[in-house]
Amino acid sequence: MTLNGWIQILLFCGIIVALARPLGGYMTRVFAGERTLLSPVLHPVERLLYGAAGTHEKEEQHWTAYVAAMLLFNLAGFLALYALQRLQGILPFNPAGMGAVPADLAFNTAASFVANTNWQNYGGESTMSYLTQMAGLAVQNFVSAATGIAIAVAVIRAFARRSARTLGNFWADLVRSALYVLLPICVIGTLVLVWQGVPQNLGSYTVATTLEGVQQTIAQGPVASQMMIKHLGTNGGGFFNANAAHPFENPTALTNLIHMVAIFAIGAALTNVFGRMVGNEKQGWAIFTAMGLLFVAGVAVCYWAEATGNPLVQALGLQGGNLEGKEARFGTTLSALFAVVTTAASCGAVNAMHDSLMPLGGLIPLINMMLGEIIIGGVGAGFYGIILFVVIAVFVAGLMVGRTPEYLGKKIEAKEVKMAMLAVLCLPLSMLGFTAVAVVLPDAVASIANPGPHGFSEVLYAYTSATANNGSAFGGLSGNTVWYNLTLGLAMLMGRFLVIIPALALAGSVAAKKVVPESAGTFPTHGPLFIGLLIGVILIVGGLTFFPALALGPIVEHLAMLAGQSF
Amino acid sequence: MSHPRSGSILDARILVPALDGAFRKLDPRSLARNPVMFVVAVVTALTTILLLRDWLAGAAHLGFSFQIVLWLWFTVLFANFAEAVAEGRGKAQADSLRKTRAETQAKLLNGADRSSYTLVPGPSLKLNDVVLVEAGDIIPSDGEVIEGIASVNEAAITGESAPVIRESGGDRSAVTGGTQVLSDWIRVRITATAGSTFIDRMIALVEGAERQKTPNEIALNILLAGMTLIFVLATATIPSFASYAGGAIPVIVLVALFVTLIPTTIGALLSAIGIAGMDRLVRFNVLAMSGRAVEAAGDVDTLLLDKTGTITLGNRQATAFKPVRGVSEHDLADAAQLASLADETPEGRSIVVLAKEQHGIRARDLVGLNAHFVPFTAQSRMSGVDHDGSSIRKGAVDAVLAHVRASGGEAEAAREVQGIAEEIAKAGGTPLAVARDGKLLGVIQLKDIVKGGIRERFAELRRMGIRTVMITGDNPMTAAAIAAEAGVDDFLAQATPENKLALIREEQGKGKLVAMCGDGTNDAPALAQADVGVAMNTGTVAAREAGNMVDLDSDPTKLIEIVEIGKQLLMTRGALTTFSIANDIAKYFAIIPAMFIAFYPQLGGLNFMQLATPQSAILSAIIFNALIIVALIPLALRGVKYRPVGAGALLSRNLLVYGLGGIIVPFIGIKAIDMAVTAVGLI
Repeated sequence: MTLNGWIQILLFCGIIVALARPLGGYMTRVFAGERTLLSPVLHPVERLLYGAAGTHEKEEQHWTAYVAAMLLFNLAGFLALYALQRLQGILPFNPAGMGAVPADLAFNTAASFVANTNWQNYGGESTMSYLTQMAGLAVQNFVSAATGIAIAVAVIRAFARRSARTLGNFWADLVRSALYVLLPICVIGTLVLVWQGVPQNLGSYTVATTLEGVQQTIAQGPVASQMMIKHLGTNGGGFFNANAAHPFENPTALTNLIHMVAIFAIGAALTNVFGRMVGNEKQGWAIFTAMGLLFVAGVAVCYWAEATGNPLVQALGLQGGNLEGKEARFGTTLSALFAVVTTAASCGAVNAMHDSLMPLGGLIPLINMMLGEIIIGGVGAGFYGIILFVVIAVFVAGLMVGRTPEYLGKKIEAKEVKMAMLAVLCLPLSMLGFTAVAVVLPDAVASIANPGPHGFSEVLYAYTSATANNGSAFGGLSGNTVWYNLTLGLAMLMGRFLVIIPALALAGSVAAKKVVPESAGTFPTHGPLFIGLLIGVILIVGGLTFFPALALGPIVEHLAMLAGQSF
Repeated sequence: MSHPRSGSILDARILVPALDGAFRKLDPRSLARNPVMFVVAVVTALTTILLLRDWLAGAAHLGFSFQIVLWLWFTVLFANFAEAVAEGRGKAQADSLRKTRAETQAKLLNGADRSSYTLVPGPSLKLNDVVLVEAGDIIPSDGEVIEGIASVNEAAITGESAPVIRESGGDRSAVTGGTQVLSDWIRVRITATAGSTFIDRMIALVEGAERQKTPNEIALNILLAGMTLIFVLATATIPSFASYAGGAIPVIVLVALFVTLIPTTIGALLSAIGIAGMDRLVRFNVLAMSGRAVEAAGDVDTLLLDKTGTITLGNRQATAFKPVRGVSEHDLADAAQLASLADETPEGRSIVVLAKEQHGIRARDLVGLNAHFVPFTAQSRMSGVDHDGSSIRKGAVDAVLAHVRASGGEAEAAREVQGIAEEIAKAGGTPLAVARDGKLLGVIQLKDIVKGGIRERFAELRRMGIRTVMITGDNPMTAAAIAAEAGVDDFLAQATPENKLALIREEQGKGKLVAMCGDGTNDAPALAQADVGVAMNTGTVAAREAGNMVDLDSDPTKLIEIVEIGKQLLMTRGALTTFSIANDIAKYFAIIPAMFIAFYPQLGGLNFMQLATPQSAILSAIIFNALIIVALIPLALRGVKYRPVGAGALLSRNLLVYGLGGIIVPFIGIKAIDMAVTAVGLI
C-alpha cells in the first residue's frame, strides 16, 4: 500500500461526499414535483408521457397499486427484451450479422437487464446486434435503474408521511428518475467520455493488420452512451466482454474516476434525499456514514490484500502486489478500489478480473454482495435494502431502551419486522440454495474452471452476484449453459422482486402510521451510536449467514495459501 | 399501603414443581407456542431417532452423539423450566387467592325488607341480585353497595390488613367477592357471576392461563423465526458444500451447529420474561388486565397525575401566621390555636401544632378553659370558640370579613387581610382569616405539602422522556404555584371529567401515549380513553371496568413504577435478543473449524480458542448454549435494571453489556467448558 494509493482512494471518497448533498437536493425537488432548471424543457415531455400512460402526476397510489404498476412495467420490459434478442437476426442495425440469441441465454439476459443486474453470459461484441444493445439493453439500463430509484423514493415517502394511505405514483417517479436524473447526467457524462476517447459510432467493426501481420477485428460501436448509464444506473453490463478493463470502455485515469463516481453518485445522494424528505438531513448522513465506514473498511482489506500480493509468487522472486488479472494501467490500488465500489454498489462493472484477486481480496466483493448490496448499493436498491436492516437494528435496539421500537417516530411492529425478515431471507435462500445444488450437480460442476475452494468460490460468487443484482462475474465459471442461464436468471429475479415487494409492503404499513413525537425516551438515530449499531446488525445478521460458505471458499483458500497451497 | 410482596427468585417451593413442569411442557402443543424451541425440539427428536437407529445397528463410538443428543434435550428442558419457574411464581399467588374463593353462603334479599332473605350458595347468584352482607360475612361476589356503610377487610386481595370503608354512592361503592365485612351491614347489587369475578380474573392473570402474546412479543417472535429460517439455510446447505470439497458432515454435527446458531437463548426465555413482567406488577399489587397494557406502559409519553394524594399529601397544613398591623404574631398564633383546639380536621390540628412549634404555645384543655366550641357549618363557613366572653372565629377570608363587617370592623384591616390572602393564594396556599371579637387579627397560611422526593421523581421521569401533567380542581393560580413547586411539566386546573378527557384526546392526537389513574365513576371515560388507565381498587365498579389495570393499594404514585416495569419488560427482551445473536460469533469459531477440519485442515487456523479436539469443541458449544439459558433465568425473571438516564445513554450501556458482552462471554465460556470436558474425559 502506498501513500499515493490512499490519496487516490480518499480523493474518490471526497468527491462522493461532496456530491451527495447537491445531487440529493436536486433529486428531492424532482421527486416532490417542484420546478427545477430542466423543467421548461422536460415538463412538456413528462406530461406527454403521463397522457400516453393514462395517468396523472398528482394521482397517488396505494402500495399495492404501486407494486402492481412496477411489476407490470417490468414484465413488459422483460418480454420486449426477450423478443428483441430472439428476433435480432431479422431486425435492422445489425452490421455484424448476429443471429438470434438462444432461448435460455435470452431469458438469462432479459432477466439480468430487467433486474438491474447485467450479469452477462454472453460477450457483447460477439452476440448482440446494435439494435439489441441500444433499444433493448441500453433502454433497460435506464428503466431498471429508474425503477430502483422510484421504489427508494416510495420507501422514503413512507417515513416522511404521516397517516398516509399512498406512496406516490410509480409512473411519475419512474419518468422523473429517467428524465430528470439519469438522462441529463448521462448526456453530459457521455460527451466527456467521448472527449476522453471512448468510441461512439454505428459503424461496422474495423479490420486492421497488426505489426506481426495478423488480421485483427477491432470491435466498436455506440460505446460511450452505454458506458455512462452502465455505471450511473449501477447496471454494469459492459459493451465489450472485458468490461471496464477494455481500453475503449475505460481509456484514461479520468474515465476510470468518472466511472467510479457515477456508480456511487445516485446511491449516495439518495441518503440525502431521505434526510431532506424526513426533515432532518442528519438522518440521511447517519445512514451514509454507516455505508461509508463499511465501504472504507472493505477497501482497506482488499487494497491491503492486493498490494501485499501472493507470498507463493513472491517466493519465486516476483516482488510487489498481485497483478494477475489486472490492467497494468490501474494497478493494485485502482483495481482494488473499483472492485469494492462495483460490488458495494451492485454495479458489476469490472476493471480487473475478480477471479484473480487474492483470496481475501475476493472475499470483500463477496461479502459486499452477500450483505445485499446495501453499501451505497444499487441505485435505489441500496437504499431500500439498508432500510430493511435499519428496521431490524431499530427493532432490537429500540427494545433495549424500554419502548416499542420506533424509527423517525414510526413504530416498528410485527408487520414491519415480518416484511424486513422476508426480504432479508430471500438473499441466503437464493445465494446459498442455488450454490448448494450447483456444486453437487454434475452438469453444473463441469462448468467450474478451478479445483477446490477456488472453484467453489466461482459458483458461490455467481449466485451471490446474480441474487444481489450485481452482475459482476468471478470469471472462471462457464456460465452460458442451460442450467446456469436458467438458475442465474431466477436468482436475479428473486433477488430483485422478492426484495422490492416486501420493501414496498413495509413502506405501505409505515406510511399509514402516526408519528410519535420525539422525546428523551426516543433514542437518537442520527448519532454515532446508531451508526455503530447499524453496522453491527448488518455484519451479524447479514454476515453470519454466510460464514460457513465463506469458510469453505475464500477463507480456506487464504489459509491454504499461507500454508503454501494454491488452487 | 402495603409493600411489594417479597419472594426470592430461586425459591425451592417454586423450583421443585418447575422441574416437573419442564417435562410436562414437552407436550408438542405447548412447545408449538414458541417457534424457536419447537424447532429445537423437532431436530432433537430426529437426532434421537437417528442415534437409536445407529445404536440398534450396533455402531461403535456413539458416546459423542449420545452426549450431544443429551444436551439438546437439556436445551429444550431448560427452556421449559424457565417458563415453569416464571409461572410457578404466579401459581403460588393464585393458590392463596383461590382459598378466598371458598364456597360462601349468600343472603339473597327477597325485597326491600332487610330481615327477609333466603340463604343461597354464592356461585348461584345472578347479575343484579341484591344480597345482604352483615358483620362477619364474606361478600359472595363482586358488587356495588346500594345501601349502607361497612368496614371491609380486603386483605385477601391487597394483602393489607387495615380495613377499608365501603359505602353506597360516591367513589367507594365497589366491593370484591371474597373480602369480609367486619362491622355494620351493606346491601350489595351483584355485578359479576361466578367465574368472572375480580378474583377469578386475578387468578387467571397471575397463573398466566389467559396469557395472550403481546404485540411486541409477536413481532419479536417473527424476528426470531426469521433468524431461525436464515440459519436453516445456512446449515442445510453445508452438506452439499462439504461434499463438493470431498468431505461429509455427520447429521449430529449439523444439528449441533444449527441449534447453537438459532436464537435459543432468547427463544427459551421469551415467555418467561413476559410472565415475570406481569408477576412483577402483581408483586406491586397492580393487576394488569392484559399484557398489552403492560407493554403500553413502557411507551407512555404523558402521565396525568391527580394532585391530591399523588403530588401533595392529602391535606393542607398551616405553615405561617401573618398578622395585620398592630397585632403581634404571637397573639394571632394564640387565638388561632384556641379556635382550632376542638377542630379535629387535619388543617385544624396542623394549626395547633404550628402555634406550638413556632411560638411555644402549649395546647390547652378546652374544658379547663370553660370554652365553648363553635363548629364549622356550610352556612357560616367558619369555626371557632367562645370563652370568657370573647369569641374567636377562623374561616374562609370572605366569610370572616363578612362576619367582621357585620360587627362593624375597620375597613383598613379588611383591606390588609385581603392583600395578605391574595399573596398566599398566588404562592399556591389557602388563606384562613382569624378574628377576635369582631376585630381582624390576621391570616393563617395553609399550604399543600408537596410530597418529599416527588420533585426528584418527576425529574427522573423527564429524563425518561415522560411528561407529567398535574390534574387539580384548584384555581389556575394556586395550581400553577403547586405545579412549579412539585416540578411537573404542566397542569390542568379546575379539572372536570370533560376537560380531562379532552386533554387525553389532545395528547393522543399528537401521537402520544397517555397514562392516568382514577377512581370515580366520572373518571371512567378518561380511564377508558387513556392508553394505560389504572383504576384504584377503592374506586367504583365503573372505574375498575374502564381501566386496564387495577391498583390494589389504591396508590396513584404507582403509575411511575408501572411505567418502569413496562420498560423493564421490553428492555429485558431486547437485551437477551442482542445477547443471543451476539453469541453466534463465538459459536461459529468453535464449530466451523471443527466441522471442516477433516477435509480442510487449514481451517484449524480459525480455532484460535485452541479447543482441544473437534468433538470437544462442538460439545462445548452445545453445552454452553444449554447452560446459558439456565444462567440467564434469574435475569429474565428479575428483568434488566431500568435507569432513568435517557434513551441514548441507556442504549449504549445495554449495547456494551449485552452486545459486547454477548460477543465476549461465549468465547470464555466455551473455552472453559472445553477445558472441563477434556479434563473430565467426556471426549
